[in-house]
Amino acid sequence: MNKIVKFYHEMGSPPSFYRITQHWLMPMLILAIGLTFYGLIDGLFFAPEDYQQGDSYRIIFVHVPAAWMSMFIYAIIGVCGIITFVWRMKVAEAVMMASVPIGALFTAITLLTGMLWGKPMWGTYWDWDARMTSQLILLFLYIGVAGIYAAYEEEPRKAARLAALVAIIGLVNLPIIRYSVYWWTSIHQTSSITLSGGSEGIHSWDMLRPLLVMALATKFYYIYSMLTRTHTYLLKTESNKKWVANAVTKTKGVQS
Amino acid sequence: MTPTRKKRLILILMVALGVSIAVAIFLTAFKDNIMFFKSPTEVAAQDYPQNRNFRLGGMVKDGSMSRVPNSLKVHFVVTDFAEEVKVEYEGILPDLFREGQGVVTIGQMTTGGLFVAEEVLAKHDENYMPPEVADALETAKKQQPTHQQGSE
Repeated sequence: MNKIVKFYHEMGSPPSFYRITQHWLMPMLILAIGLTFYGLIDGLFFAPEDYQQGDSYRIIFVHVPAAWMSMFIYAIIGVCGIITFVWRMKVAEAVMMASVPIGALFTAITLLTGMLWGKPMWGTYWDWDARMTSQLILLFLYIGVAGIYAAYEEEPRKAARLAALVAIIGLVNLPIIRYSVYWWTSIHQTSSITLSGGSEGIHSWDMLRPLLVMALATKFYYIYSMLTRTHTYLLKTESNKKWVANAVTKTKGVQS
Repeated sequence: MTPTRKKRLILILMVALGVSIAVAIFLTAFKDNIMFFKSPTEVAAQDYPQNRNFRLGGMVKDGSMSRVPNSLKVHFVVTDFAEEVKVEYEGILPDLFREGQGVVTIGQMTTGGLFVAEEVLAKHDENYMPPEVADALETAKKQQPTHQQGSE
């Protein structure tokens, strides 16, 4: 138990967070790239075609993992937002702001791949159904959080607290996205895979496997990308601290 | 927890609660507008906008589709297994348009009870499977008509 408490306290302090997570970057990147390669090749070449959609369904291997990440990352931003607002923990601020562009990217990928699939399958790129509209609002929330932070350039800590407030309010959108296809009639289909109901909609392991691999790959990519950005954020906002000077000279020494 | 932190936590919880209630009220109030389509049952109950386009959604009834020769005109019946609406559409149907599959049509009710669609969208369900599995499910269904294969 002592070890866990110690680890928790270490992760809360920027220097030890930087020191510990520095070693996670490489493994995360390798896992992300490796699993993406495996997942895409498995999904695009080896998974059987769908009985209704033929090969067009294969966009699911990008669309669904990206959609999961768009909401998962927002949930992390929300939790970090609460910690930022109540406990003023610097690492939570850094993780929150570092996650914003990654989440926005996944949201944009979700919307774009959905549109590309929607045209041949539904017959339209876009329509204002509840799922699509709430997902678009999620993109605006990401942009809003980033925008508010950027507007307060002189005082990054205050800016982070304001951004946290917007992020927390935006949390209300997550259950709306999740249940939009159940609460209202919509053109978007209901979930094929849910945490509670399992993978009832995907009737073949050969289809499910690449999807799950891609879901893992995107998680590892997120951890890698988030940690890299968090490090930069911490180095920038703590640039007058001694540990930053030490960290930077150390890296320089290794490289030269 | 220090008093300041407690105060901040309560503040943020109150804000979150307030926003959630506001959004819930908003969504309930605009339920009709967020609903993407009307069902044939609602149309049968005259619950649709007159002289204005609206969306009608449901299943394309099995065996109800017919083409008008030498044109792009098609007729089919949209059903929710309670009520039915006859639909006329002229144009190219999406790939997934099939009898027994979901569909959303955009158009107007005419006086004769015919829904004239300007646009037809196919609605896919959440089921993904290879053709062999679909065949196997189909055969299993036919062999055991009493034992319903739930696919919802």
